[in-house]
Amino acid sequence: MSTVANINDDTKETRARSLWQDAVKHFVRDRLTLIAFIVLVLMTLACYLAPPVLEDLLDVDATRTNTPASFTAPGVDRHVLGTDHLGRDQLIRLLYGGRVSLAVAYTSSIMIIFIGVSLGLLAGFYGGLVDDTITWLVNTLSSVPSTLLYIVIAAIWQPPVEWMIIILALLGWVGTSRLVRAEVLSIKEREYVLAARALGASDFRLLVSHIFPNLMSIVIVTGSIIAGNLILVEAGLSYLGVGVQPPTPTWGNMLTDSRTYFVQGVHLVIWPGIMILITVMCFYLVGDGLRDALDPHQSRHSKA
Amino acid sequence: MGKFVFRRVLQAIPTFFGITAIAFIIMVSAPGDPIALITFNPTRDAVSIARMERSLGLDQPPIIQYVYWLVGNDWVMIDVDGDGAGETPGIRHGLLRGDLGQSIRFKQPVLKLILERIPATLQLALVSLVFGYGIGIGLGVLAAVFHKTWIDWLIRVISVIGNAIPPFWLGLVLIIIFSVQLGVLPMGGMRDIASRGGFNLAETFRHMLLPVFVFSLNTVAFVSRFVRTEILEVLAQDYVRTAYAKGLTNRTVWLHHAAKNALIPVATYVGVSVGTLLSGSVIIEQVFDWPGMGRLVVNAVFNRDYPLVMGSVVVGAIMFIIGILFSDFLYALLDPRIRLK
Repeated sequence: MSTVANINDDTKETRARSLWQDAVKHFVRDRLTLIAFIVLVLMTLACYLAPPVLEDLLDVDATRTNTPASFTAPGVDRHVLGTDHLGRDQLIRLLYGGRVSLAVAYTSSIMIIFIGVSLGLLAGFYGGLVDDTITWLVNTLSSVPSTLLYIVIAAIWQPPVEWMIIILALLGWVGTSRLVRAEVLSIKEREYVLAARALGASDFRLLVSHIFPNLMSIVIVTGSIIAGNLILVEAGLSYLGVGVQPPTPTWGNMLTDSRTYFVQGVHLVIWPGIMILITVMCFYLVGDGLRDALDPHQSRHSKA
Repeated sequence: MGKFVFRRVLQAIPTFFGITAIAFIIMVSAPGDPIALITFNPTRDAVSIARMERSLGLDQPPIIQYVYWLVGNDWVMIDVDGDGAGETPGIRHGLLRGDLGQSIRFKQPVLKLILERIPATLQLALVSLVFGYGIGIGLGVLAAVFHKTWIDWLIRVISVIGNAIPPFWLGLVLIIIFSVQLGVLPMGGMRDIASRGGFNLAETFRHMLLPVFVFSLNTVAFVSRFVRTEILEVLAQDYVRTAYAKGLTNRTVWLHHAAKNALIPVATYVGVSVGTLLSGSVIIEQVFDWPGMGRLVVNAVFNRDYPLVMGSVVVGAIMFIIGILFSDFLYALLDPRIRLK
């Protein structure tokens, strides 16, 4: 009896290790994904660590206005990416703006994952009235044009960034929950779950140690893609003037200003957009790459 | 099939009421005094304010207000002077009877304002959808045919960029290049200032070129990947292998076995795309000054014209529900497995 248990333990352990090892190996071999991941890490580090250092080094300031020096061309007078209409250094503002955009993307996507996975698990696992209620909520929320709802809520209450993150999360979890629910419906009928149930495992144990681990890969993948979407949504809202309010810079509201002044400084249009494009693209590529790396069933070639 | 349709329509009803509830909750909890918004006159005396409040039903508890908003109040007598007895019937017909209320800013029925703007939105959005799906399907098929070659890779790059590029930024860059620098295309709007109305193909074309490009890019990105995945999935099916084993030509297998089955989910997704038109057009219309519903809503939001805003949210949601239903019906029609489930 004890040998059988040992063997089982062994296989379980090698399997558990090899999935993640495989994933890491796969991930590293997939150059594009790796590059995207490194760019994201560097971008995050730059936004959070670089501004104070750069401000010292280049003697520039994110908030101090200096109108005589407005619309300085990139590279002139220590302004690596030039200055805006109020003479503020664009590079520093981009980095500070990145802090806001990335903070929204990271925190909001984590909240979305948390809400979406919890409700998806409940709906898929328990079914019945719980499922009906959650599904109704999902259907209702996803029927409202989401961009429109964000704009309406943001314009009416003009929430500070912290609240914006929460609102984005409260309106954005439906897709994740739907995905998780569908996945749970199929996982809970698998043999190993049925076996665990037959052995008398509690609902909690089934959910936590048998179903949830199998959701990890789609959770990580959707998390990454959602983070990319959130950057776009936040930028769009800020661009329309209902998101993060000036003087706090974000990539979106920097573009709003540049719309007015593009004749004097095209560099003010180009850079914020490039930052958004690169960041969102990296999140998508990482999500894509992770899907390939984490999904043992899907052979690489059959996946988009 | 009839039963399937009936069931799906029935399921859409609670969703619809959920949406009206969300819209209503936002409307009543929005800050600002509705009377002040309507009259623009903060010095009105208390008596006339109370009178107005009663005639608009604002003295009622929210749940009653919600009912009035939904089904109207022309069947109850309103107690205008506050003496406890109703004098005059209400004037609202209610959402369910097509009365979305009165716009505060335009002093016109909300439904009329929305209906006036819908054609412009549809013109832009439908053309973009046709282009988006056409090019997207083409690229998706190409990517599947040249699977794992540089063509496949290139299309993947296009698709990732198309998804990740912020539409308002792309619009701005294109306006700067084509309108400001080169001066070949208009900066925005739907027609030339000098034009005297009527339909002019060249004029319409010039105004639609940039917005349609930006609008359809997202669809292209999404559809091309969707099509590619579907085709590759179908090609891995047993019946395709059987078809090859029977000795059918590549052409026959692709056209009659693969394409037909792969495109079913894509075709049905058109309904969903139509449903989400309004969301997509909000930002595009803002960037290109396109006089559609998206701009109407954004302006209404900034003017705090709540009836107009909520009317648009409800209309947008109805469009979405119809789009989804259409999608489901089409799926059931094309794929017998769905309706037999």
